[in-house]
Amino acid sequence: MSGLKIIVLAKQVPDTRNVGKDAMKANGTVNRAALPAIFNPEDLKALEQALLLKDKYPGTTITLVTMGPVRAASIIREAMFRGADGGILITDRKFAGSDTLATSYVLSLAIKKIKKYDLILAGRQAIDGDTAQVGPQSAEKLNIPQITYVEEIISVEKNKITAVRRLENGVETVEAKLPLLMTVTASAPDCRSRNAKFLMKYKHACTPSEMHHESEDYISLHDTRHYLDIIEWDINDLKADDVYLGLSGSPTKVKQVTNIVFTTKDSKVLEATDKDIDQLMAELVEHHNIG
Amino acid sequence: MANFFNDNPELKFHLTHPLMKKIIDLKERDFAEKEKFDYAPQDFEDAMDNYEKVLEIVGEISGDVIDPNAESVDAEGPSLIDNEVKYARGTEENYDALVEAGLIGMTLPRKYKGLNFAITPYIIAGEMISRADAGFANIWGLQDCAETIYEFASEKLKDEYLPMFSKGATAAMDLTEPDAGSDLQAVQLKAIYNADKDTWTLNGVKRFITNGDADISLVLARSEEGSQDARGLSLFVYDRREKAVKVRRIERKLGIKGSPTCELVFDDAPAYLIGNRRMGLIKYVMSLMNSARLGVGAQSIGIAEAAYREALKYAKERAQFGKPIIQFPAVYEMLTNMRINIAAHRSLLYETARMVDMYKCYIEISEDRKLEKEERTEMKTYQRFADVFTPLLKLTASELSNTIAYDALQVHGGAGFMKDFPIERIFRDARITSIYEGTSQLQVIAAIRGVMTGVYLTKIKEYEAMPVNPESEYLKRELAKMTHAYEEVVEEVKATDDSEFTDFHARRLVEVAGNIVMGHLLLQDAMRDPSYKNIAELFIKAKGDENRGKIAYIRRSDLRDLGTYKQVISEEV
Repeated sequence: MSGLKIIVLAKQVPDTRNVGKDAMKANGTVNRAALPAIFNPEDLKALEQALLLKDKYPGTTITLVTMGPVRAASIIREAMFRGADGGILITDRKFAGSDTLATSYVLSLAIKKIKKYDLILAGRQAIDGDTAQVGPQSAEKLNIPQITYVEEIISVEKNKITAVRRLENGVETVEAKLPLLMTVTASAPDCRSRNAKFLMKYKHACTPSEMHHESEDYISLHDTRHYLDIIEWDINDLKADDVYLGLSGSPTKVKQVTNIVFTTKDSKVLEATDKDIDQLMAELVEHHNIG
Repeated sequence: MANFFNDNPELKFHLTHPLMKKIIDLKERDFAEKEKFDYAPQDFEDAMDNYEKVLEIVGEISGDVIDPNAESVDAEGPSLIDNEVKYARGTEENYDALVEAGLIGMTLPRKYKGLNFAITPYIIAGEMISRADAGFANIWGLQDCAETIYEFASEKLKDEYLPMFSKGATAAMDLTEPDAGSDLQAVQLKAIYNADKDTWTLNGVKRFITNGDADISLVLARSEEGSQDARGLSLFVYDRREKAVKVRRIERKLGIKGSPTCELVFDDAPAYLIGNRRMGLIKYVMSLMNSARLGVGAQSIGIAEAAYREALKYAKERAQFGKPIIQFPAVYEMLTNMRINIAAHRSLLYETARMVDMYKCYIEISEDRKLEKEERTEMKTYQRFADVFTPLLKLTASELSNTIAYDALQVHGGAGFMKDFPIERIFRDARITSIYEGTSQLQVIAAIRGVMTGVYLTKIKEYEAMPVNPESEYLKRELAKMTHAYEEVVEEVKATDDSEFTDFHARRLVEVAGNIVMGHLLLQDAMRDPSYKNIAELFIKAKGDENRGKIAYIRRSDLRDLGTYKQVISEEV
């Protein structure tokens, strides 16, 4: 197999793993200012899968695609420090308030604009929304096959990919045709560290919007080193239809946010035997759950 | 999610020392490679930013990979399979992470695929890795061998071996033999020259070889038949792919268990000569040992930092008599003493690293062009300082590492004696630092020259001439008094004109000088960061008394005492 063209979809998210008391605003929305912005953990795992393929199939290129505010370009650099070749930031004020449907609409337009690709990898879900919908919805909009919950990619042969899915009760090895989209699950291997040479090579990479903040000493580097240019697209570049964007394109509405305390007790595993089932029936009847 | 660079502001503080501007300018030669290599810095700020960001990667790997693996590596250790070393699982994972991150060959020039980093940031990396796992730090730190190949080997050998480091080649320095430990002149491993192939063949046994089954080994061997001393020894490079060296056993050790210590049998092992014959020990190994001693200095501080943090954490959490034990004077005094001594010795560590950087940069430049007169003078000055600061550092930092590990375990009480806390491992790991790469007693022999020839005094006078904060003036005066007493006692010892008497008090004299040096360094640190003022005050107060005690003891002793010392033990036999 010669080199693959891989797109990795990733999101910059607030680090909800280290939530302090300021994490939520009084109205129940996330206080982004109080939480550091990080590379969504499962997207990093998707990137690692892409990098493993790049190790295995020389000539492979990896493009990171992210939708978000201008500062989200930092996760493109983070990906480049680990071995990605470049990235595209999709940013526009009109994207604000997008739910998964609006997001996947924009991402699919961007991917269509990229045109040539063999494989799209994404994390299973983001830690801020936990929906796990953006990957599958994007695949549907692109009309390509998808494999979700991927833990390992075993091989890529001509037009055929073999991958292992981690499911609740075991694993499933599946095959699919290229091009396709895969979402990578939390049990996949962690992403490698940043590489010192890549870091030094790419640290001045930036989007046109960020160029204003870059020190003047380094702007001229972009004249000859085109790999430092992070592409930036807005709705005009994508020829997106306003109706499907932002709040108007998002059917999901938050009705209410409630603080809850988990009270569920430990789960209980029962064998599929008459004895266990009889006992369960007796317990449920005794506690008036049924009957 | 720990980052050993970001959680320790002292590291960045030392990285950004004013002398780094000059070091980077020399190292990068006016940024000559900025067009040639896509990862070369454009200017000083860019280079410093590279150092910081790359050290953040080291800090992340240290905190997230190496430190969590330390316990299992200590328990599992390396194993010997068919006369070859297999690392513990965690060791492999650690090494792979560092190779993947491009952190092997950090100081090598870019043309050999290195990062071309100065020594100082490399030493900071070593300190962090040692804090995470001191035993593993040896395996990583043996990339020092690349430096020796770079400095002394032929172009052909450099081209062949140096690029291997960036791909993850491991290294070893094969010096010690059963009958040649501290006294390396006694090395017997035999090297025979084969004129037709222009190669050498090695036969014999090496012992206590750290990482002995490495990809690339530097081997000290006797190339001159019939010779008995250092002048008959040469240095060779052996490539593991030759498969002519067997690991006979892996030693079972008290500490640094993850680092395989090997006994090696060379059986007609082909090897290449590094540099010139007969210069092996005299020149190349001395240089290699100096790098390794600086490395052990960093390792010692890393271990001390780890021990201190464990003790501090425990003392805050552990409550007795109704309050956390950190509130008791007996405990907080220990912790504060750890903190100030680490700060003082860390300043000595990076002062020494910068000295090494300065003269090595000039040596590198002198390969390409003749140095200007002032440059040559500066090079020689820094080399002279580095030569006496390195053993001073190795001596004091390794002893401190042991003291702090001891006290940190003490803070844990009975719990520290159990296998339940990391401190017992740290305590065991610390023990080797004052033994290998030359025992403390051997460091004193190298360092006493700095006392007797006045090199420490020259440096101390330089520090005295530097301005300090007005509120620190009284501390500077205290140091001046300490210096005066030091000068006097050195003259008194010299006046005895008795070498055994000098040797007997050598360690005391070296430590007295070291305390004054570190006092000055802390005052200079306080100029850049006021938080060092308190540290300097406590350090100088304590060391002033310690120096007075040592000097009083030297003054009270005379030549007869030495006889009494010998007599007491001779009666035991």
